[in-house]
Amino acid sequence: MASAEAVTVQSEARAPGSKNGARAFALRFFSGDEIARALVTIASAFILLVTVLLVYELWINSHLAREKFGWHFLVTQIWDPNAGQFGALAFMYGTVVTSVLALLIAVPLGVGSAIFLSELAPPKVSNALTFCIELLAAVPSVIYGLLGVFVLMPMIKQYLHPVLKGTLGWTPLFSGPFYGPSMLVAGIVLAVMILPFIVSVSRQVLLAVPNDQREGALALGATKWESTWKVVVPFAQRGIYGSVFLALARSLGETMAVTMVIGNTPQIKASLFAPGYSIASVIANEFTEATYDLYVHSLIELGLVLFALTIIINGLARLLVNSTAKFSVSST
Amino acid sequence: MRTNSVSLFRSMAAAAMLAPAMLMAQVQLTGAGATFPGPIYTKWFDEYHNAHPQVQINYQAIGSGGGIRQVTEGTVDFGASDGPMTETQLNDYKAKRGSEVLHFPTVIGADVPIYNVPGVASALKFTQAALAGIYLGTITKWNDPAIAGPNKGVKLPAMDIVVVHRSDGSGTTYIWTDFLSKASGEWKAKVGTNTSPNWPVGLGGAQNVGVAGLVKQTEGAIGYVELTYALGAKISYGDVQNASGEFVAATLASVSAAAASAAANMPDDFRVSITNPAGKNAYPISSFTWLLIPSKIADPAKKKAIVDFLKWAIADGQNSNEALSYAKLPKEVVAREMKAISKIQ
Repeated sequence: MASAEAVTVQSEARAPGSKNGARAFALRFFSGDEIARALVTIASAFILLVTVLLVYELWINSHLAREKFGWHFLVTQIWDPNAGQFGALAFMYGTVVTSVLALLIAVPLGVGSAIFLSELAPPKVSNALTFCIELLAAVPSVIYGLLGVFVLMPMIKQYLHPVLKGTLGWTPLFSGPFYGPSMLVAGIVLAVMILPFIVSVSRQVLLAVPNDQREGALALGATKWESTWKVVVPFAQRGIYGSVFLALARSLGETMAVTMVIGNTPQIKASLFAPGYSIASVIANEFTEATYDLYVHSLIELGLVLFALTIIINGLARLLVNSTAKFSVSST
Repeated sequence: MRTNSVSLFRSMAAAAMLAPAMLMAQVQLTGAGATFPGPIYTKWFDEYHNAHPQVQINYQAIGSGGGIRQVTEGTVDFGASDGPMTETQLNDYKAKRGSEVLHFPTVIGADVPIYNVPGVASALKFTQAALAGIYLGTITKWNDPAIAGPNKGVKLPAMDIVVVHRSDGSGTTYIWTDFLSKASGEWKAKVGTNTSPNWPVGLGGAQNVGVAGLVKQTEGAIGYVELTYALGAKISYGDVQNASGEFVAATLASVSAAAASAAANMPDDFRVSITNPAGKNAYPISSFTWLLIPSKIADPAKKKAIVDFLKWAIADGQNSNEALSYAKLPKEVVAREMKAISKIQ
């Protein structure tokens, strides 16, 4: 009701507005339009301000490390607080590898179950399952970490590791001994953690696809699966990509669960069975006991690196999406 | 009108009743630092507040690094650290605050080696060289002569050793690496003493629980945890050879013995490492944890509160230690600290 009134007031105000701008502004102001506009502008400016402040603080408080190591910080693997030597490479590697692994596992599972929930499952089942999946998002990450340590690791050691070793052991990815804490376990835990984001958002966008798209495809003789895979999913693909970005951002920055299962060893090993280290984990692990300025500044510079890494990966992913999206539009 | 005058009367009455309490000025102290002594500090501050309601002490267990930084910046009344401040940090403090910072040992912490070797039920004996070799990565099998030597009669398998260490920077690691630095020249040169060193080998587990969990799950693993944690979680641990060549099991008594034998040649500022001390019964992997107190406290009420609390903590407060599995300060150290408290001005 209120919005309908606002519309009429606004349309009355618009007519004399061409003759008298100030009067029109006053009218718009008192009808609440200008106030609402100001409020939402402030809200979005605030977000921008927070981001700028964040980068500023990270930049200022990492100057010692930036001056001492320069770009070498990004390509050095040594992290030795005792010797005052700091390099980010091993942490960047661990962060990217675990996140990519998590996406490789979670995207097919997540998009698959979103398609099932929106297209195939009866509404009651769909709603119940969606509720369960969204509950997963509310589980604190320390719980995922504990499950990883006490449930997942022994299970992988007993069942998955022998299988992987037997079939793919000849590739560098699955070579070497497996003790438990490893990039593999970190990737799997992350995959479970980001699944709810992908499922929940993808299901929403799939449900938002207009029904006449489905009916049109069916009317042209498509099977149920053809209509889903060739019409509905491409229609919703931007939203699905959006859910994947959200999941990626989450997995890049995840701290607690990862640090409990990744092994916290700053090294670069091709094998997923080997322990690694992630940027967020090392900051959480070492910040509290970092006793001298260069050490603290190096940790803060790692935060800056994580920020940049997230932006770069997101940017690359968006470029990729834009190019494939164009392709899919031209091919249909 | 009537309600107004009634409420006015009430507030006057309340003020009159509160007046005596307000005359005994409330003193609020804030401290921050080490997490390892967090539980005992919280208990002390609680007990002390119950006995002296006018003194309220807030403690934030944010880590030793944070404690040193905050006391240097003057944002807290006192700091706490598991490692003594370095010369650079002391100079930094002097430059920023224009006075000294004093170290007061409060309780003693110790680390114990825990392991998971199939078929070994009794407590293993570790020589100092064996522990250093294992953590350097030069000893890689459980049946290595360096381990098997002192464990005659124990059948050790030819299994790979999986080294586990703390991943989070912690006082526990500081004590462990400080001991290894004294046990091995190679460790001292290559790795050194630190809360999070550049480990030559091994997996990192978060907190005591992470290390204990990894060791429990991994056959052939060795790790280290705080004695308080091992006692609380009822984990069995190995004996360690001390400076006199004896193999000693860590107990609250053998840890206090270590501090007592170190007390003889303790410097006046208490910045001392007590790992590997002389003494037949001394357990070699232990360390003080310190309160960091400014030598000049401008506010007389605060100064009195801190001095009184310190005197209480190193005397009566010590009686609460053993219930929480912390070793007591030996008498010799308490006596010297009592003298040092007079340095606070």
